Amino acid sequence: MAAELHVALVAADREVWSGEATLVVARTTSGDIGVMPGHQPLLGVLESGPVTIRTSEGGTVVAAVHGGFISFADDKLSLLAEVAELSDEIDVQRAERARERAKSEDDTPAERRADVRLRAVTTGR
Amino acid sequence: MGAQLRVYKRRIRSVTATKKITKAMEMIAASRVVKAQRKVRSSTPYAEELTRAVTAVGTGSDAKHPLTTEAENPTRVAVLLLTSDRGLAGAFNANAIKAAEQLTERLEREGKEVDTYIVGRRGLAHYNFRERAVAESFAGFTDEPTYADAKKVAAPLIEAIEKETADGGVDELHIVYTEFVSMMTQSAIGSRMLPLRLEEVAEETSSTKDEVLPLYDFEPSAEDVLDALLPRYVESRVYNALLQSAASKHAATRRAMKSATDNAGELINTLSRLANAARQAEITQEISEIVGGAGALADANAGSDN
Repeated sequence: MAAELHVALVAADREVWSGEATLVVARTTSGDIGVMPGHQPLLGVLESGPVTIRTSEGGTVVAAVHGGFISFADDKLSLLAEVAELSDEIDVQRAERARERAKSEDDTPAERRADVRLRAVTTGR
Repeated sequence: MGAQLRVYKRRIRSVTATKKITKAMEMIAASRVVKAQRKVRSSTPYAEELTRAVTAVGTGSDAKHPLTTEAENPTRVAVLLLTSDRGLAGAFNANAIKAAEQLTERLEREGKEVDTYIVGRRGLAHYNFRERAVAESFAGFTDEPTYADAKKVAAPLIEAIEKETADGGVDELHIVYTEFVSMMTQSAIGSRMLPLRLEEVAEETSSTKDEVLPLYDFEPSAEDVLDALLPRYVESRVYNALLQSAASKHAATRRAMKSATDNAGELINTLSRLANAARQAEITQEISEIVGGAGALADANAGSDN
């Protein structure tokens, strides 16, 4: 049995990351889910939250994902997101500013998005 | 310089200036086509994965969702027409509008009421001028559409299809856009977006053709997944159509401007020939006047000698 799964993280307008991994943890509407090679075929709705990908080389890739889907079959995992950013692409200062602004404007979804970004950065380091 | 020659020279100058402008527009459009094509390509992975997922839910579960099952007697439909904000693109907008009108006519013959949604100032102007009802219109982003724009366009459509027909909702969703086939060929097509025809969807993704889809485990449930999936599917289809339409528009502009530049070159050639002929005629006339004058003088002198 293959001990790794092929992961493709795609946003609406580009492919964000793709490669081999041993474990992927994502947040679905009914809770966090971890997918390892050999998992049964799965199709789930993602919440906005960080997605953690443990690569075959032993590294960790963290991305902030806002809404989307996870689908897994035949050791191929696709993460579809309207917006997805890798943790090292995220501009911390900008995200912090966005959070402050969202807080002052009482914009809860925007605040959560900024929050998810910041959390992805802290876990990614 | 003769009056006629002056007129030709002036026309040549003005055509040369126009030619420079159309040449520049052609080059701008050419570079934008490439950019737009790249955007179409980079949006494909998402669209493909999404289509795969939709097919998987549609075939892998017996969930009855209003968006996948056809209404028994569809009475109202929505047609989304994609045009551009700016003209100078040959028959690009005219073709898209014509395709939309044909589709509308066909749907009306089938006894359906048609709500028209329009993207692009050109299409809107066409409908406003003819005082036809437009349900909603969008403009200002057709050159470089983003996913956020697609969401904005898709939102009222999704809302309309989720509503009951009696409350002003629609049963079907059609889209008319210009498909980017190649640099030289773009064709306006109309297709039905919802309710889904699963066979068609499966055909679009060539990779899934000979593949048996696995039995998925749905999280949290097939209905919920479908509920969340279909709006995204509509958005992604609208996004893809917007991108293709933008690429087609730039290709059409490039072609229109290229033929304008060619025509200007031809016109300059013709005018230069005419100007040369006029100049030559002027010279010939001057020579014959001089020769004639000299001859007359010589004759007069010869006469006085006697």
